[in-house]
Amino acid sequence: MGLYRTMAIAAVTLAGVMAGSLSPHPLGAGTAHAEPMQGGTLNSTLWPEPPGIIIGVNLNAPTLLPATKMFEGLLTYDFNLSPEPVLAKSWEVSEDGLTYTFHLRDDVKWHDGEPFTSEDVVYTLTEFIPEVHARSRPTFARAEVTAPDDYTVVLTLKEPYGPMIRSFDAIGAPMMPAHIYKGTDIRNNPANRAPVGTGPFKFSEWKSGEYIHLVKNDDYYLENRPYLDEIYYRFIPDSASRALALELGQVQLATQNDIELVDVDRLEAMPNLEVTTKGWEWGAPISWLEMNVRREPFDDVRFRKAVMYALDHEFIRDNIFFGWAAIPTGPIHSSSPFYTDDVVTYPYDQEKAKALLDEMGLTPDANGVRAKIGLLGLPYGELWDRLSQYIKQSLGEVGIEVTLEASDVAGWGSRIANWDVDMSTTYLTTLSDPALGVARSYITENQKQGVLFTNTSGYSNPEVDRLFAAAASEPNPDKRMEMYHEVQKIIADEVALAWLVELQWPTVHSANLKNVVRNGLGPNDNFAEAYFESE
Amino acid sequence: MRHLGFVAGWVVKAFVVVLAITILNFFLIRMAPGDPAIVLAGEAGAADEQFMAQVRQDFGLDKPLPVQLAAYVGNVLTLDLGQSYRAQRPVVDMLFERLPATLLLTGTAYLFALIVGPLLGALAAMRSRTVFDSALMVVALFFYATPIFWVGLLLILVFSVNLGWLPPFGMQSLIPVSGTLNHVLDVARHLVLPALTLGLFYVAVYVRLTRASMLETASLDYVKTARAKGLPEWRVATAHILRTALLPIITFAGLQAGHLVGGAVVVETVFAWPGIGRLAFDALFQRDYNLLLGVFLLSALMVVFFNMLTDIFLRIADPRIGGNS
Repeated sequence: MGLYRTMAIAAVTLAGVMAGSLSPHPLGAGTAHAEPMQGGTLNSTLWPEPPGIIIGVNLNAPTLLPATKMFEGLLTYDFNLSPEPVLAKSWEVSEDGLTYTFHLRDDVKWHDGEPFTSEDVVYTLTEFIPEVHARSRPTFARAEVTAPDDYTVVLTLKEPYGPMIRSFDAIGAPMMPAHIYKGTDIRNNPANRAPVGTGPFKFSEWKSGEYIHLVKNDDYYLENRPYLDEIYYRFIPDSASRALALELGQVQLATQNDIELVDVDRLEAMPNLEVTTKGWEWGAPISWLEMNVRREPFDDVRFRKAVMYALDHEFIRDNIFFGWAAIPTGPIHSSSPFYTDDVVTYPYDQEKAKALLDEMGLTPDANGVRAKIGLLGLPYGELWDRLSQYIKQSLGEVGIEVTLEASDVAGWGSRIANWDVDMSTTYLTTLSDPALGVARSYITENQKQGVLFTNTSGYSNPEVDRLFAAAASEPNPDKRMEMYHEVQKIIADEVALAWLVELQWPTVHSANLKNVVRNGLGPNDNFAEAYFESE
Repeated sequence: MRHLGFVAGWVVKAFVVVLAITILNFFLIRMAPGDPAIVLAGEAGAADEQFMAQVRQDFGLDKPLPVQLAAYVGNVLTLDLGQSYRAQRPVVDMLFERLPATLLLTGTAYLFALIVGPLLGALAAMRSRTVFDSALMVVALFFYATPIFWVGLLLILVFSVNLGWLPPFGMQSLIPVSGTLNHVLDVARHLVLPALTLGLFYVAVYVRLTRASMLETASLDYVKTARAKGLPEWRVATAHILRTALLPIITFAGLQAGHLVGGAVVVETVFAWPGIGRLAFDALFQRDYNLLLGVFLLSALMVVFFNMLTDIFLRIADPRIGGNS
């Protein structure tokens, strides 16, 4: 039986090499050299304090970091997003892309001692996820799930679905214990405050306002794993205090937005700390300037192009993000296997911007103003405020007068979701597959007033809709790739969104802490392999 | 009888005030754009209609506003402050979990300020226009004018990073210490910097207030009379000047006591102190209506209670107050 899996991995890896995103050291930062030490306490920052620690019931970033140590998926993904075994020891995908067969490990126990079986998998995919997991709900609605025996699970699809194989990690499909959740009100289950998972770490204590404490799972199915005895996720609200805690060695790990980019260079220069930007491949966040194309003058593609030309992306990368960012060329992140840079680009050119505005008939008035528009900046702190100010200044130089509109997160989200805005800045994770994280911002069908992270800009192009739909269900990886390349060309040419930077979330950790970032899930890995180097 | 009437009148007044504050707060919070569903979706980076509708239905946010208000006030009257949307836990539990930490911090800073501030202020007034007075006033002005978070970070830099004497944040060490005494010492060590940061600001206020008040009182006729009687200067200062000069200090101390619950947001943030001010601050940005209303209610109760206490103290310090009511 020829397996599609092998082909897919080959294609994906090849694409990774071509795009230059394959690291010369496949394991990235924190690769083992010295003898791993058994034991030790890992202290990590975690901010803000999460609302809960059950993946799906909550999907906030601070929920995921501790929860992925307690809960596991059937698979995980390497830096090129190719699948690797976790709870499933092997799997097969039929040639027509319609049947996925998973063979489960038979030595896995829940933290309460009950055995992990196919019943849990079926429960998770057919009841738990459809009930609570907003992100994965549509993916698994496509599959019928059956369990021929205790350790085999079969998913049957009506049509092929490209992202399916990349949907089984601990975040997209965390395996939940059927014996605890089945038949209960999932959102109010008492186990939500004292989770029972299969992971290398067990829940110990959540001290409100202070920390979440996890301890080693002594019955973990991998021998001599995990190395660490315990993990504390400490809530430190002030970013300067978080940086200080790393410097003093009081915490050994901080990631995502926990450290202000302005501090990262200083921390990296310290001999006892290391910094890596790898490990967010599954998230692949891109920041953009969104223009409401339902309103003038944003409905004119020439205006959107003028905005792109008027922004100096290199300046933004170097001076606002302190170099901890990359310049995107279009809707798909450069770390994605489906990325192409063969698209129209918009190098900084004020004259070109002015010429385009002239062509539209937007000529300067007595004060040099061609158009007046509002900008609702992402209210995530100083860095984002500076970005808004830079956009105001740059667009002002070509005659577009920008009024900055202030808000907090709730107000910002509410206005964008209800399309009540001219321009706004935001960032969004583009996830492991374009069908999951990219299409949602561009396809016409996903214009849903009142819902965040849909196609809120109002961009619409039937050809783009067709390509995204066809690519999602195309079983042939080469054809899929071609379609995504095509869609990137169209969207970049039409400036559906004015992409600003690909965010790089630095993970800062103690130099003697190893295997922190060892696959595409980065700090959201289960940390079974993480260890302190003995001194 | 007079005292009984005072207390009874006060209780009725307090009830009306707290009820009015609760209703006002309820509408004030709802005037801010966005709701918990938007925030939860925003933090998750994922949303669909089902999720938003589910959240609003779970929290009863899909009902008309007056219905929600009636339900809330009804619950409050039975001492049920509802559930936190975000943490999915009873608000009362969360408040009482955080209250001791805040009271420990603000109470320590408050006592520190109440003892040190008036003392230094009185000394400055007795030696007004000397080098000591000038130096003290400059220092007081510095702590009064400097942003409190900056003082906090400065103290961390000096005492934690450079000298390594005190822990930079948190309320206790991660590795549990054995023995009650060791535990108390551990918390005390963590308490020094945040309490000092908060306390120094209040000390500055009291120093300035006491000095000004005493200098003003010192020029009054009855003080001249006391001096003319031949009383020693320290007797004049303590028995005649200070007693009268204390009135504005008591008034201010009463005001400040009302802020013991919510007045330490900045310090709690800088020092990662697990207190109630931060809980309120986060709740505001997360549109966690129930939790925020709970903190507001608790703060309102504190303010009303300490106002009454202040009234009583003022009556003791100056029997003229309330004498003819």
